[in-house]
Amino acid sequence: MPQSTQLEDNPIATGTPGDQAGVPVARRYRYVRHSWPVRAMHWINVMALVILLMSGLQIFNAHPVLYWGKSSYSGRPPLLHLYAEHAADGSSVGVTKFFGRQIRTTGVLGLSKDSDGELTERGFPSWLTIPGPQWLAMGRRWHFFFAWIFVINGALYIGYSIWSRHLSNDLEPTRHDWRSIGRSIVDHLHFRHPEGEEAKRYNVLQKLTYLAVIFGLLPFMVLMGIAMSPRMDTLLPGWVDLFGGRQSARTLHFISASLILLFALIHVFEALISGFWNNLRSMITGRYEIREPVTGARTPNATAERTAR
Amino acid sequence: MNRHGRKRMRGSPPLPSAGRRSFILRLLAGSSALVLAGCDAVSRSSWGPKILRIGEAANLEIQRALTSKTALAQEFSESDLSPTFRSNGTDDPEDEDYQRHAQSQFRDWKLRIDGLVRVPAELSLADLRAMKSRTQITRHDCVEGWSAIGKWTGVPLREVLNIVQPSAAARYVVFHCADPMDESGARYYESIDLEDAHHPQTILAYELNGNPLPVANGAPVRIRIERQLGYKMAKYIMRVELVESFKHIGGGHGGYWEDQGYEWYAGT
Repeated sequence: MPQSTQLEDNPIATGTPGDQAGVPVARRYRYVRHSWPVRAMHWINVMALVILLMSGLQIFNAHPVLYWGKSSYSGRPPLLHLYAEHAADGSSVGVTKFFGRQIRTTGVLGLSKDSDGELTERGFPSWLTIPGPQWLAMGRRWHFFFAWIFVINGALYIGYSIWSRHLSNDLEPTRHDWRSIGRSIVDHLHFRHPEGEEAKRYNVLQKLTYLAVIFGLLPFMVLMGIAMSPRMDTLLPGWVDLFGGRQSARTLHFISASLILLFALIHVFEALISGFWNNLRSMITGRYEIREPVTGARTPNATAERTAR
Repeated sequence: MNRHGRKRMRGSPPLPSAGRRSFILRLLAGSSALVLAGCDAVSRSSWGPKILRIGEAANLEIQRALTSKTALAQEFSESDLSPTFRSNGTDDPEDEDYQRHAQSQFRDWKLRIDGLVRVPAELSLADLRAMKSRTQITRHDCVEGWSAIGKWTGVPLREVLNIVQPSAAARYVVFHCADPMDESGARYYESIDLEDAHHPQTILAYELNGNPLPVANGAPVRIRIERQLGYKMAKYIMRVELVESFKHIGGGHGGYWEDQGYEWYAGT
Protein backbone atom coordinates (compact mmCIF):
# COMPACT_ATOMS: atom_id res chain seq x y z
CA MET A 1 0.00 0.00 0.00
CA PRO A 2 1.49 3.30 -0.96
CA GLN A 3 0.38 5.22 2.12
CA SER A 4 3.74 5.15 3.79
CA THR A 5 2.68 7.59 6.46
CA GLN A 6 -0.25 5.54 7.52
CA LEU A 7 1.51 2.23 7.64
CA GLU A 8 2.66 1.59 11.10
CA ASP A 9 3.63 -1.94 11.87
CA ASN A 10 2.91 -2.51 15.46
CA PRO A 11 3.06 -6.16 16.33
CA ILE A 12 0.90 -7.01 19.25
CA ALA A 13 0.66 -10.72 18.84
CA THR A 14 3.43 -12.33 20.77
CA GLY A 15 2.35 -15.91 20.50
CA THR A 16 4.95 -18.05 18.90
CA PRO A 17 3.86 -20.30 16.11
CA GLY A 18 2.45 -23.50 17.43
CA ASP A 19 2.06 -22.50 21.06
CA GLN A 20 -1.55 -23.62 21.39
CA ALA A 21 -2.11 -27.30 20.86
CA GLY A 22 0.09 -27.27 17.86
CA VAL A 23 -2.03 -24.75 15.97
CA PRO A 24 0.24 -22.37 14.14
CA VAL A 25 -0.43 -18.77 15.15
CA ALA A 26 -0.21 -16.15 12.51
CA ARG A 27 1.52 -12.83 12.90
CA ARG A 28 -0.86 -10.19 14.20
CA TYR A 29 -0.32 -6.48 14.16
CA ARG A 30 -2.24 -3.26 14.06
CA TYR A 31 -1.71 -0.43 11.67
CA VAL A 32 -3.33 2.96 11.30
CA ARG A 33 -6.08 2.33 8.76
CA HIS A 34 -7.96 5.61 8.94
CA SER A 35 -6.32 9.00 9.43
CA TRP A 36 -7.81 11.21 12.13
CA PRO A 37 -9.51 13.64 9.71
CA VAL A 38 -11.30 10.75 8.01
CA ARG A 39 -12.37 9.34 11.38
CA ALA A 40 -13.63 12.68 12.64
CA MET A 41 -15.48 13.43 9.41
CA HIS A 42 -16.98 9.93 9.36
CA TRP A 43 -18.61 10.37 12.76
CA ILE A 44 -19.71 13.95 12.09
CA ASN A 45 -21.33 12.56 8.95
CA VAL A 46 -23.05 9.77 10.91
CA MET A 47 -24.50 12.28 13.36
CA ALA A 48 -25.57 14.74 10.66
CA LEU A 49 -27.21 12.05 8.51
CA VAL A 50 -29.13 10.52 11.42
CA ILE A 51 -30.50 13.93 12.42
CA LEU A 52 -31.20 14.88 8.80
CA LEU A 53 -33.10 11.65 8.25
CA MET A 54 -35.20 11.99 11.39
CA SER A 55 -35.88 15.71 11.07
CA GLY A 56 -36.63 15.03 7.40
CA LEU A 57 -39.35 12.58 8.43
CA GLN A 58 -40.73 15.27 10.75
CA ILE A 59 -40.95 17.65 7.77
CA PHE A 60 -42.43 14.90 5.58
CA ASN A 61 -45.11 14.31 8.23
CA ALA A 62 -46.44 17.85 7.73
CA HIS A 63 -47.80 16.58 4.41
CA PRO A 64 -47.20 12.81 4.26
CA VAL A 65 -47.82 12.50 0.54
CA LEU A 66 -45.41 12.14 -2.37
CA TYR A 67 -46.21 13.17 -5.94
CA TRP A 68 -44.62 13.18 -9.35
CA GLY A 69 -44.72 16.41 -11.32
CA LYS A 70 -44.49 20.18 -10.99
CA SER A 71 -47.30 20.49 -8.48
CA SER A 72 -49.30 18.36 -6.05
CA TYR A 73 -52.58 19.10 -7.77
CA SER A 74 -51.96 18.04 -11.32
CA GLY A 75 -54.94 15.70 -11.43
CA ARG A 76 -52.67 12.66 -11.12
CA PRO A 77 -52.92 10.52 -7.98
CA PRO A 78 -50.07 10.64 -5.47
CA LEU A 79 -47.37 7.95 -5.49
CA LEU A 80 -47.38 7.49 -1.73
CA HIS A 81 -49.84 8.62 0.90
CA LEU A 82 -49.80 7.88 4.63
CA TYR A 83 -53.07 8.63 6.40
CA ALA A 84 -55.66 7.38 8.88
CA GLU A 85 -59.13 6.17 8.02
CA HIS A 86 -61.80 6.79 10.61
CA ALA A 87 -64.73 4.39 10.81
CA ALA A 88 -68.21 5.37 11.97
CA ASP A 89 -67.76 3.50 15.25
CA GLY A 90 -64.88 5.80 16.18
CA SER A 91 -62.12 3.34 15.46
CA SER A 92 -59.26 4.28 13.15
CA VAL A 93 -56.75 2.46 11.02
CA GLY A 94 -53.43 3.65 9.64
CA VAL A 95 -53.24 3.30 5.87
CA THR A 96 -50.27 3.37 3.51
CA LYS A 97 -51.35 3.93 -0.06
CA PHE A 98 -48.56 3.08 -2.46
CA PHE A 99 -49.19 3.35 -6.21
CA GLY A 100 -52.90 2.94 -5.59
CA ARG A 101 -52.49 -0.13 -3.37
CA GLN A 102 -53.69 0.22 0.20
CA ILE A 103 -51.92 -1.51 3.07
CA ARG A 104 -52.99 -1.33 6.71
CA THR A 105 -50.10 -0.04 8.74
CA THR A 106 -51.75 0.91 12.03
CA GLY A 107 -49.21 1.57 14.77
CA VAL A 108 -46.38 2.48 12.42
CA LEU A 109 -47.45 4.44 9.32
CA GLY A 110 -50.48 6.69 9.05
CA LEU A 111 -51.62 6.14 12.62
CA SER A 112 -49.33 5.64 15.59
CA LYS A 113 -49.00 6.39 19.27
CA ASP A 114 -47.81 9.83 20.29
CA SER A 115 -45.71 10.49 23.38
CA ASP A 116 -48.84 10.21 25.57
CA GLY A 117 -49.67 6.79 24.17
CA GLU A 118 -52.66 8.12 22.20
CA LEU A 119 -53.18 6.80 18.67
CA THR A 120 -52.74 9.86 16.44
CA GLU A 121 -52.86 10.40 12.70
CA ARG A 122 -49.29 10.97 11.56
CA GLY A 123 -47.10 9.74 8.68
CA PHE A 124 -44.07 8.29 10.44
CA PRO A 125 -44.20 7.44 14.15
CA SER A 126 -42.87 9.87 16.75
CA TRP A 127 -39.92 7.63 17.65
CA LEU A 128 -38.58 8.17 14.13
CA THR A 129 -38.85 11.96 14.03
CA ILE A 130 -36.94 14.90 15.46
CA PRO A 131 -38.54 16.42 17.41
CA GLY A 132 -40.84 13.60 18.54
CA PRO A 133 -44.14 15.51 18.55
CA GLN A 134 -45.55 17.13 15.39
CA TRP A 135 -43.53 20.36 15.25
CA LEU A 136 -42.66 21.39 11.71
CA ALA A 137 -40.93 24.69 12.54
CA MET A 138 -38.50 22.96 14.91
CA GLY A 139 -37.96 20.07 12.50
CA ARG A 140 -36.90 22.60 9.88
CA ARG A 141 -34.42 24.21 12.26
CA TRP A 142 -32.78 20.86 12.96
CA HIS A 143 -32.84 19.92 9.29
CA PHE A 144 -31.22 23.08 7.93
CA PHE A 145 -28.65 23.35 10.73
CA PHE A 146 -27.44 19.81 10.14
CA ALA A 147 -27.76 20.19 6.38
CA TRP A 148 -25.07 22.87 6.59
CA ILE A 149 -22.93 20.69 8.86
CA PHE A 150 -23.35 17.82 6.41
CA VAL A 151 -22.48 19.96 3.36
CA ILE A 152 -19.45 21.62 4.98
CA ASN A 153 -18.22 18.28 6.34
CA GLY A 154 -18.73 16.64 2.95
CA ALA A 155 -16.86 19.40 1.13
CA LEU A 156 -13.97 19.15 3.61
CA TYR A 157 -13.94 15.38 3.16
CA ILE A 158 -13.74 15.59 -0.62
CA GLY A 159 -11.05 18.26 -0.41
CA TYR A 160 -9.06 16.24 2.10
CA SER A 161 -9.46 13.01 0.14
CA ILE A 162 -8.03 14.60 -2.98
CA TRP A 163 -5.22 16.39 -1.15
CA SER A 164 -4.17 13.39 0.97
CA ARG A 165 -4.57 10.98 -1.96
CA HIS A 166 -7.11 9.00 0.07
CA LEU A 167 -9.26 9.15 -3.04
CA SER A 168 -6.65 7.95 -5.55
CA ASN A 169 -4.93 5.47 -3.24
CA ASP A 170 -7.82 3.89 -1.38
CA LEU A 171 -11.03 4.53 -3.30
CA GLU A 172 -10.12 4.58 -6.97
CA PRO A 173 -10.39 1.04 -8.38
CA THR A 174 -7.16 -0.31 -9.84
CA ARG A 175 -6.93 -2.27 -13.04
CA HIS A 176 -6.62 -5.38 -10.91
CA ASP A 177 -9.81 -4.39 -9.07
CA TRP A 178 -11.76 -4.23 -12.30
CA ARG A 179 -10.53 -7.69 -13.23
CA SER A 180 -11.49 -9.15 -9.85
CA ILE A 181 -15.01 -7.78 -9.85
CA GLY A 182 -16.64 -11.15 -10.52
CA ARG A 183 -14.71 -12.83 -7.74
CA SER A 184 -15.54 -9.97 -5.37
CA ILE A 185 -19.25 -10.47 -6.05
CA VAL A 186 -18.92 -14.19 -5.27
CA ASP A 187 -16.99 -13.40 -2.08
CA HIS A 188 -19.69 -10.98 -0.95
CA LEU A 189 -22.43 -13.51 -1.63
CA HIS A 190 -20.58 -16.01 0.57
CA PHE A 191 -19.87 -13.35 3.21
CA ARG A 192 -16.15 -14.07 2.77
CA HIS A 193 -13.74 -11.35 3.72
CA PRO A 194 -10.10 -11.00 2.81
CA GLU A 195 -7.39 -11.41 5.40
CA GLY A 196 -3.79 -10.46 5.85
CA GLU A 197 -2.25 -7.83 3.61
CA GLU A 198 -5.27 -7.91 1.39
CA ALA A 199 -7.58 -6.79 4.19
CA LYS A 200 -5.74 -3.49 4.15
CA ARG A 201 -7.38 -2.57 0.88
CA TYR A 202 -11.00 -1.91 0.17
CA ASN A 203 -12.38 -4.52 -2.21
CA VAL A 204 -13.69 -3.41 -5.57
CA LEU A 205 -17.39 -3.54 -4.71
CA GLN A 206 -16.68 -1.56 -1.58
CA LYS A 207 -14.74 1.05 -3.54
CA LEU A 208 -17.44 1.40 -6.19
CA THR A 209 -20.18 1.64 -3.58
CA TYR A 210 -18.33 4.30 -1.60
CA LEU A 211 -17.64 6.29 -4.77
CA ALA A 212 -21.26 6.03 -5.89
CA VAL A 213 -22.50 7.21 -2.50
CA ILE A 214 -19.92 9.98 -2.04
CA PHE A 215 -20.06 11.42 -5.55
CA GLY A 216 -23.51 10.27 -6.69
CA LEU A 217 -26.15 9.66 -4.09
CA LEU A 218 -25.21 12.22 -1.44
CA PRO A 219 -24.73 15.19 -3.83
CA PHE A 220 -27.94 14.18 -5.64
CA MET A 221 -29.84 14.22 -2.37
CA VAL A 222 -28.49 17.70 -1.60
CA LEU A 223 -29.39 18.88 -5.10
CA MET A 224 -32.96 17.62 -4.75
CA GLY A 225 -33.16 19.42 -1.42
CA ILE A 226 -32.01 22.64 -3.06
CA ALA A 227 -34.55 22.06 -5.86
CA MET A 228 -37.34 22.44 -3.30
CA SER A 229 -36.21 25.97 -2.42
CA PRO A 230 -38.31 28.51 -4.34
CA ARG A 231 -35.43 30.99 -4.21
CA MET A 232 -32.83 28.52 -5.48
CA ASP A 233 -35.20 27.58 -8.29
CA THR A 234 -34.43 31.01 -9.79
CA LEU A 235 -30.75 30.10 -10.27
CA LEU A 236 -31.41 28.91 -13.83
CA PRO A 237 -34.96 29.25 -15.13
CA GLY A 238 -36.76 25.91 -15.12
CA TRP A 239 -33.82 23.76 -13.98
CA VAL A 240 -36.05 21.88 -11.56
CA ASP A 241 -38.09 20.55 -14.49
CA LEU A 242 -35.03 18.51 -15.55
CA PHE A 243 -35.94 16.31 -12.58
CA GLY A 244 -39.66 16.32 -13.29
CA GLY A 245 -40.60 19.44 -11.30
CA ARG A 246 -40.60 20.45 -7.66
CA GLN A 247 -42.86 17.70 -6.39
CA SER A 248 -40.77 15.12 -8.26
CA ALA A 249 -37.69 16.64 -6.63
CA ARG A 250 -39.34 16.22 -3.23
CA THR A 251 -40.02 12.56 -4.06
CA LEU A 252 -36.45 12.09 -5.32
CA HIS A 253 -35.12 13.70 -2.14
CA PHE A 254 -37.13 11.14 -0.17
CA ILE A 255 -35.97 8.24 -2.36
CA SER A 256 -32.30 9.24 -2.20
CA ALA A 257 -32.55 9.54 1.59
CA SER A 258 -34.05 6.04 1.65
CA LEU A 259 -31.18 4.73 -0.48
CA ILE A 260 -28.69 6.31 1.90
CA LEU A 261 -30.43 4.54 4.75
CA LEU A 262 -30.19 1.29 2.77
CA PHE A 263 -26.48 1.93 2.20
CA ALA A 264 -25.98 2.60 5.92
CA LEU A 265 -27.75 -0.63 6.87
CA ILE A 266 -25.62 -2.69 4.48
CA HIS A 267 -22.50 -0.80 5.60
CA VAL A 268 -23.20 -1.62 9.26
CA PHE A 269 -24.06 -5.21 8.36
CA GLU A 270 -20.78 -5.64 6.48
CA ALA A 271 -18.90 -4.06 9.37
CA LEU A 272 -20.62 -6.49 11.75
CA ILE A 273 -19.76 -9.64 9.84
CA SER A 274 -16.21 -8.68 8.89
CA GLY A 275 -14.93 -8.17 12.43
CA PHE A 276 -17.13 -5.66 14.17
CA TRP A 277 -14.81 -4.55 16.99
CA ASN A 278 -11.84 -4.40 14.68
CA ASN A 279 -13.77 -2.22 12.24
CA LEU A 280 -15.22 -0.07 14.97
CA ARG A 281 -11.82 0.38 16.63
CA SER A 282 -10.25 1.35 13.35
CA MET A 283 -12.88 4.06 12.85
CA ILE A 284 -12.36 5.37 16.41
CA THR A 285 -8.65 5.01 17.20
CA GLY A 286 -7.58 4.38 13.61
CA ARG A 287 -5.97 1.04 14.43
CA TYR A 288 -6.97 -2.00 12.45
CA GLU A 289 -5.70 -5.43 13.28
CA ILE A 290 -4.26 -7.59 10.57
CA ARG A 291 -3.91 -11.31 11.03
CA GLU A 292 -1.57 -12.81 8.53
CA PRO A 293 -3.08 -16.04 7.32
CA VAL A 294 -1.30 -19.17 8.40
CA THR A 295 0.85 -20.56 5.62
CA GLY A 296 -1.14 -22.98 3.60
CA ALA A 297 -4.47 -21.79 4.97
CA ARG A 298 -7.01 -21.11 2.30
CA THR A 299 -8.50 -17.70 2.30
CA PRO A 300 -10.42 -15.89 -0.36
CA ASN A 301 -8.45 -13.88 -2.84
CA ALA A 302 -5.21 -14.90 -1.23
CA THR A 303 -3.47 -15.68 -4.46
CA ALA A 304 -1.70 -13.50 -6.93
CA GLU A 305 -2.52 -10.43 -4.94
CA ARG A 306 0.69 -9.12 -3.47
CA THR A 307 1.95 -7.59 -6.66
CA ALA A 308 -1.26 -5.87 -7.57
CA ARG A 309 -0.17 -2.39 -6.67
CA MET B 1 -10.07 -9.02 26.22
CA ASN B 2 -6.99 -11.09 26.80
CA ARG B 3 -4.77 -12.58 24.23
CA HIS B 4 -6.35 -16.00 24.44
CA GLY B 5 -9.81 -14.58 24.03
CA ARG B 6 -8.70 -13.09 20.78
CA LYS B 7 -7.85 -16.47 19.40
CA ARG B 8 -11.51 -17.14 18.78
CA MET B 9 -11.51 -14.41 16.23
CA ARG B 10 -8.77 -15.91 14.16
CA GLY B 11 -9.54 -16.69 10.55
CA SER B 12 -12.65 -15.19 9.10
CA PRO B 13 -14.14 -13.39 12.11
CA PRO B 14 -17.50 -14.87 13.07
CA LEU B 15 -20.63 -12.89 13.74
CA PRO B 16 -20.72 -11.49 17.25
CA SER B 17 -22.16 -14.05 19.63
CA ALA B 18 -25.86 -14.01 20.44
CA GLY B 19 -25.24 -12.44 23.84
CA ARG B 20 -23.10 -9.76 22.34
CA ARG B 21 -25.63 -9.14 19.59
CA SER B 22 -28.45 -8.56 22.03
CA PHE B 23 -26.12 -6.33 24.03
CA ILE B 24 -25.38 -4.29 20.92
CA LEU B 25 -29.09 -4.09 20.08
CA ARG B 26 -30.00 -3.00 23.60
CA LEU B 27 -27.20 -0.48 23.52
CA LEU B 28 -28.52 0.88 20.21
CA ALA B 29 -32.14 1.06 21.38
CA GLY B 30 -31.13 2.66 24.66
CA SER B 31 -28.82 5.19 23.10
CA SER B 32 -31.28 6.16 20.35
CA ALA B 33 -34.01 6.75 22.95
CA LEU B 34 -31.53 8.89 24.85
CA VAL B 35 -30.58 10.82 21.70
CA LEU B 36 -34.27 11.44 20.91
CA ALA B 37 -35.02 12.64 24.42
CA GLY B 38 -31.92 14.82 24.18
CA CYS B 39 -33.05 16.33 20.87
CA ASP B 40 -36.48 17.12 22.30
CA ALA B 41 -34.87 18.71 25.35
CA VAL B 42 -32.67 20.86 23.10
CA SER B 43 -35.77 21.84 21.07
CA ARG B 44 -37.50 23.05 24.24
CA SER B 45 -34.48 24.78 25.76
CA SER B 46 -33.96 28.51 25.59
CA TRP B 47 -30.61 28.21 23.80
CA GLY B 48 -31.11 25.23 21.44
CA PRO B 49 -33.46 26.81 18.90
CA LYS B 50 -31.24 29.90 18.78
CA ILE B 51 -28.22 27.83 17.80
CA LEU B 52 -30.21 25.71 15.35
CA ARG B 53 -31.54 28.90 13.71
CA ILE B 54 -28.04 29.58 12.36
CA GLY B 55 -28.81 27.09 9.58
CA GLU B 56 -31.79 29.04 8.29
CA ALA B 57 -29.99 32.36 8.78
CA ALA B 58 -27.22 30.96 6.55
CA ASN B 59 -29.84 30.01 3.94
CA LEU B 60 -30.81 33.68 3.58
CA GLU B 61 -27.23 34.90 3.15
CA ILE B 62 -26.08 32.13 0.81
CA GLN B 63 -29.21 32.07 -1.33
CA ARG B 64 -29.17 35.82 -1.79
CA ALA B 65 -25.47 35.68 -2.63
CA LEU B 66 -25.97 32.90 -5.19
CA THR B 67 -29.05 34.21 -6.94
CA SER B 68 -29.79 37.52 -8.55
CA LYS B 69 -31.95 40.08 -6.74
CA THR B 70 -34.22 40.40 -9.72
CA ALA B 71 -34.19 36.81 -11.00
CA LEU B 72 -37.74 35.73 -11.74
CA ALA B 73 -39.45 32.70 -10.28
CA GLN B 74 -40.37 30.12 -12.89
CA GLU B 75 -43.57 30.87 -14.79
CA PHE B 76 -45.72 28.07 -16.16
CA SER B 77 -48.24 27.55 -18.91
CA GLU B 78 -52.02 27.25 -18.70
CA SER B 79 -51.73 23.47 -19.04
CA ASP B 80 -49.83 23.31 -15.74
CA LEU B 81 -52.63 25.02 -13.77
CA SER B 82 -53.95 23.09 -10.77
CA PRO B 83 -57.64 22.32 -11.35
CA THR B 84 -58.57 23.99 -8.06
CA PHE B 85 -56.20 26.16 -6.13
CA ARG B 86 -55.96 24.76 -2.62
CA SER B 87 -56.97 27.04 0.24
CA ASN B 88 -54.86 26.65 3.36
CA GLY B 89 -55.16 28.28 6.77
CA THR B 90 -58.08 30.69 7.06
CA ASP B 91 -60.70 30.19 4.35
CA ASP B 92 -63.34 32.60 5.65
CA PRO B 93 -62.21 35.21 8.20
CA GLU B 94 -64.38 35.38 11.30
CA ASP B 95 -64.54 39.13 11.42
CA GLU B 96 -67.66 41.31 11.19
CA ASP B 97 -66.09 44.10 9.18
CA TYR B 98 -64.58 41.61 6.78
CA GLN B 99 -67.86 39.75 6.33
CA ARG B 100 -69.64 43.04 5.60
CA HIS B 101 -67.07 43.90 2.92
CA ALA B 102 -67.35 40.41 1.46
CA GLN B 103 -71.15 40.74 1.23
CA SER B 104 -70.80 43.88 -0.83
CA GLN B 105 -68.02 42.44 -3.05
CA PHE B 106 -65.57 44.82 -1.31
CA ARG B 107 -67.18 47.88 -2.96
CA ASP B 108 -66.40 50.12 0.03
CA TRP B 109 -63.21 48.36 1.02
CA LYS B 110 -60.03 50.39 0.86
CA LEU B 111 -56.43 49.33 1.22
CA ARG B 112 -54.56 51.71 3.49
CA ILE B 113 -50.83 52.21 2.86
CA ASP B 114 -49.10 54.15 5.60
CA GLY B 115 -46.22 54.13 8.07
CA LEU B 116 -42.86 55.49 6.95
CA VAL B 117 -44.18 57.02 3.73
CA ARG B 118 -44.37 60.60 2.44
CA VAL B 119 -47.85 60.24 0.96
CA PRO B 120 -50.13 57.82 2.82
CA ALA B 121 -52.85 56.49 0.55
CA GLU B 122 -56.14 54.63 0.55
CA LEU B 123 -56.83 52.64 -2.59
CA SER B 124 -60.11 50.95 -3.50
CA LEU B 125 -60.30 47.72 -5.47
CA ALA B 126 -61.28 49.82 -8.49
CA ASP B 127 -58.19 52.02 -7.96
CA LEU B 128 -55.97 48.92 -7.85
CA ARG B 129 -57.61 47.47 -10.95
CA ALA B 130 -57.03 50.74 -12.80
CA MET B 131 -53.30 50.58 -12.16
CA LYS B 132 -50.64 48.81 -14.19
CA SER B 133 -51.14 45.07 -13.77
CA ARG B 134 -49.15 41.90 -14.11
CA THR B 135 -50.40 38.36 -14.78
CA GLN B 136 -48.23 35.39 -13.88
CA ILE B 137 -48.67 31.63 -13.69
CA THR B 138 -46.58 30.55 -10.76
CA ARG B 139 -46.11 27.71 -8.36
CA HIS B 140 -47.16 28.15 -4.74
CA ASP B 141 -44.99 26.09 -2.39
CA CYS B 142 -46.36 25.48 1.07
CA VAL B 143 -44.00 24.98 4.01
CA GLU B 144 -45.83 21.69 4.58
CA GLY B 145 -44.49 20.34 1.32
CA TRP B 146 -47.27 20.59 -1.28
CA SER B 147 -47.31 22.83 -4.36
CA ALA B 148 -50.14 24.24 -6.46
CA ILE B 149 -49.95 26.24 -9.69
CA GLY B 150 -52.21 29.24 -10.22
CA LYS B 151 -52.61 32.25 -12.50
CA TRP B 152 -52.48 35.50 -10.59
CA THR B 153 -53.28 39.02 -11.73
CA GLY B 154 -52.54 42.07 -9.63
CA VAL B 155 -50.69 45.33 -9.14
CA PRO B 156 -46.94 45.10 -8.68
CA LEU B 157 -46.28 46.25 -5.13
CA ARG B 158 -43.58 48.61 -6.39
CA GLU B 159 -46.22 50.55 -8.32
CA VAL B 160 -48.06 51.12 -5.05
CA LEU B 161 -44.80 52.06 -3.31
CA ASN B 162 -44.14 54.63 -6.03
CA ILE B 163 -47.40 56.34 -5.09
CA VAL B 164 -46.76 56.49 -1.35
CA GLN B 165 -43.00 57.16 -1.59
CA PRO B 166 -41.39 55.30 1.32
CA SER B 167 -39.09 57.46 3.42
CA ALA B 168 -35.39 56.70 3.65
CA ALA B 169 -35.81 54.98 7.02
CA ALA B 170 -38.30 52.40 5.72
CA ARG B 171 -36.84 48.90 5.54
CA TYR B 172 -39.76 46.49 5.71
CA VAL B 173 -43.25 46.23 4.29
CA VAL B 174 -45.78 44.80 6.77
CA PHE B 175 -49.10 43.32 5.62
CA HIS B 176 -51.90 43.54 8.19
CA CYS B 177 -54.70 41.06 7.54
CA ALA B 178 -58.35 40.67 8.47
CA ASP B 179 -58.26 37.11 9.73
CA PRO B 180 -58.12 36.52 13.49
CA MET B 181 -55.90 33.51 14.22
CA ASP B 182 -56.74 32.61 17.83
CA GLU B 183 -58.90 33.48 20.85
CA SER B 184 -56.67 36.43 21.73
CA GLY B 185 -57.78 38.04 18.48
CA ALA B 186 -54.25 38.22 17.09
CA ARG B 187 -54.56 38.70 13.38
CA TYR B 188 -52.46 37.32 10.59
CA TYR B 189 -49.64 39.56 9.49
CA GLU B 190 -46.49 39.19 7.44
CA SER B 191 -43.48 41.24 6.44
CA ILE B 192 -40.92 41.36 3.64
CA ASP B 193 -37.94 43.58 3.01
CA LEU B 194 -37.65 46.15 0.23
CA GLU B 195 -35.69 43.78 -2.01
CA ASP B 196 -38.67 41.45 -2.27
CA ALA B 197 -41.12 44.37 -2.23
CA HIS B 198 -39.56 45.77 -5.40
CA HIS B 199 -39.32 42.41 -7.18
CA PRO B 200 -41.36 42.51 -10.43
CA GLN B 201 -43.34 39.38 -9.50
CA THR B 202 -44.34 40.72 -6.08
CA ILE B 203 -47.95 41.68 -6.76
CA LEU B 204 -51.06 42.54 -4.79
CA ALA B 205 -53.20 39.92 -6.53
CA TYR B 206 -56.91 40.52 -6.99
CA GLU B 207 -57.55 37.75 -9.54
CA LEU B 208 -56.94 34.01 -9.49
CA ASN B 209 -57.24 32.00 -12.71
CA GLY B 210 -59.02 34.89 -14.43
CA ASN B 211 -61.73 35.36 -11.76
CA PRO B 212 -61.97 37.77 -8.85
CA LEU B 213 -59.92 36.35 -5.98
CA PRO B 214 -62.20 33.98 -4.02
CA VAL B 215 -62.64 34.51 -0.28
CA ALA B 216 -60.99 31.12 0.35
CA ASN B 217 -57.84 32.35 -1.38
CA GLY B 218 -57.64 35.76 0.28
CA ALA B 219 -60.15 38.24 -1.21
CA PRO B 220 -60.01 41.11 -1.88
CA VAL B 221 -56.19 41.05 -2.26
CA ARG B 222 -53.39 38.80 -1.24
CA ILE B 223 -49.68 39.36 -1.75
CA ARG B 224 -47.65 37.12 -4.03
CA ILE B 225 -43.97 36.70 -3.13
CA GLU B 226 -42.98 34.07 -5.62
CA ARG B 227 -39.51 33.24 -4.35
CA GLN B 228 -40.67 32.38 -0.84
CA LEU B 229 -42.99 29.84 0.77
CA GLY B 230 -46.75 30.16 1.06
CA TYR B 231 -46.96 31.48 4.60
CA LYS B 232 -45.29 34.73 3.49
CA MET B 233 -48.13 35.38 1.02
CA ALA B 234 -50.63 36.98 3.35
CA LYS B 235 -54.31 36.86 2.42
CA TYR B 236 -57.16 39.32 3.32
CA ILE B 237 -54.79 42.31 3.35
CA MET B 238 -56.35 45.40 4.94
CA ARG B 239 -53.35 47.60 5.49
CA VAL B 240 -49.79 47.89 4.23
CA GLU B 241 -47.38 49.55 6.62
CA LEU B 242 -43.79 50.60 5.97
CA VAL B 243 -41.57 50.26 9.01
CA GLU B 244 -37.94 50.44 10.01
CA SER B 245 -38.25 47.36 12.22
CA PHE B 246 -41.01 44.86 12.98
CA LYS B 247 -39.88 44.25 16.57
CA HIS B 248 -42.89 46.13 17.98
CA ILE B 249 -45.49 44.30 15.85
CA GLY B 250 -47.20 41.13 17.06
CA GLY B 251 -44.67 38.81 18.67
CA GLY B 252 -41.84 40.78 17.10
CA HIS B 253 -40.66 38.15 14.62
CA GLY B 254 -42.16 39.67 11.49
CA GLY B 255 -45.20 37.46 10.98
CA TYR B 256 -47.87 35.31 12.57
CA TRP B 257 -46.09 32.02 11.79
CA GLU B 258 -42.70 33.57 12.52
CA ASP B 259 -44.01 34.25 16.03
CA GLN B 260 -44.71 30.49 16.26
CA GLY B 261 -41.10 29.64 15.44
CA TYR B 262 -41.06 29.64 11.64
CA GLU B 263 -38.21 31.46 9.93
CA TRP B 264 -38.79 35.00 8.67
CA TYR B 265 -36.90 34.21 5.47
CA ALA B 266 -38.90 31.48 3.74
CA GLY B 267 -36.85 30.99 0.58
CA THR B 268 -36.09 27.36 1.41
